Amino acid sequence: MARLNNLPEPLRSHIDKLPLPAIDSRSWVTGPPLNTRRVSLVSTAGLHLRGDRPFTLEPEDAYRVIPGDVGANELVMSHVSTNFDRSAYQQDINVVFPLERLRELALQKVVGSVAGLHYSFMGALEPQTMKDSACKLARLLIEDGVDAVLLVPV
Amino acid sequence: MGALGHYLEKEGLATTQISLIREHTVAIRPPRALWVPFELGRPLGVAGDADFQTRVLLAALELLEAKDGPVLQDFAEDLPAPAGGDSPWICPLNLDRKTEQMQNKDALERVFREEVLEIRPSYDLAVKNRSRTTVEASSLDLATMVDLLCAFTQSVPANPRPDLALGYTLNLVVHDLKAYYYEAACAQPSGRFPSGMEIDNWFWEQTAAAQVLFAVRRTCLASGDRLLRLVGRLLLVPLSQAHRIAGKG
Repeated sequence: MARLNNLPEPLRSHIDKLPLPAIDSRSWVTGPPLNTRRVSLVSTAGLHLRGDRPFTLEPEDAYRVIPGDVGANELVMSHVSTNFDRSAYQQDINVVFPLERLRELALQKVVGSVAGLHYSFMGALEPQTMKDSACKLARLLIEDGVDAVLLVPV
Repeated sequence: MGALGHYLEKEGLATTQISLIREHTVAIRPPRALWVPFELGRPLGVAGDADFQTRVLLAALELLEAKDGPVLQDFAEDLPAPAGGDSPWICPLNLDRKTEQMQNKDALERVFREEVLEIRPSYDLAVKNRSRTTVEASSLDLATMVDLLCAFTQSVPANPRPDLALGYTLNLVVHDLKAYYYEAACAQPSGRFPSGMEIDNWFWEQTAAAQVLFAVRRTCLASGDRLLRLVGRLLLVPLSQAHRIAGKG
């Protein structure tokens, strides 16, 4: 479905013309087997705790922290865009933020463990504006013992 | 999304990701990505199908064991056939309003308020069924949201959340109102779960709420507030529904 050619106009042209960052990076980090890795989720769905600051287009306030023991009803979405479906997320948080599925994989010892904290950005911001926040976030993740991050778009 | 992969990897963290727009991922070349052929907003594919979600999740995580990269892999499965068959989704809430009932702003406000009350039992059922709601991301109650939107059809009102710019308050309230309608629409048995386009078509075609949002949009576009004009131009009506704006100002 989400091949550009399958999207209706003018959504297709809008997405096709989005400016993409030119990133000249060949970084490639290796690690231990998956069944020993500590995994954190990083979403761009604009998710946060109910009552937390809603996302805005201010790039310096780029991400929110999501505790690893969060319940589905404690999370809300304040992504500003109206151009993606939210009905599935309204039925099941795991369709955008698969924390329960990740916990199950940890119980089955497919992954080593689930991080204590997860994070969400809001994807309507230009990617370059997230760079400084992402670098700071990387240090927090490493301090939490995380050695694998799953990035989930919306 | 792909840029975040580069930024985190450069700081020493191994990343893998789900990709929804393959063309963007090809251009940005993040270290590891699993492209999935699903709707925008549904990166794990299917609500309520834990087994399918797990297969998507696992396919993305297994890319961490690739020897070198960048890796862009296509997810091998299509979506499962919808429970209830391929017949078009028909919303069990019949809210098809007659245009003549909403000829002026006062009449539109009355029909909208009646509509919000009419679907309340279905919304309550949705909350009961799932022990969860996504409404109230704005931290405002439904009555305050409805009052704000009705006021917006006439002119720019006072902001019930002075800690936020009015444009952001409005954006949150519109998403909350739509969540209220969408959760209600999906609570009743209807054969199968709708696609994003099906439920959007229902909302923007058949509800008084959509007519209210078109009127709110006109107020935003005429406003001297830059953020409100941005909200009116880009953040109220989905681009996939933009054809309905024609003739509505």
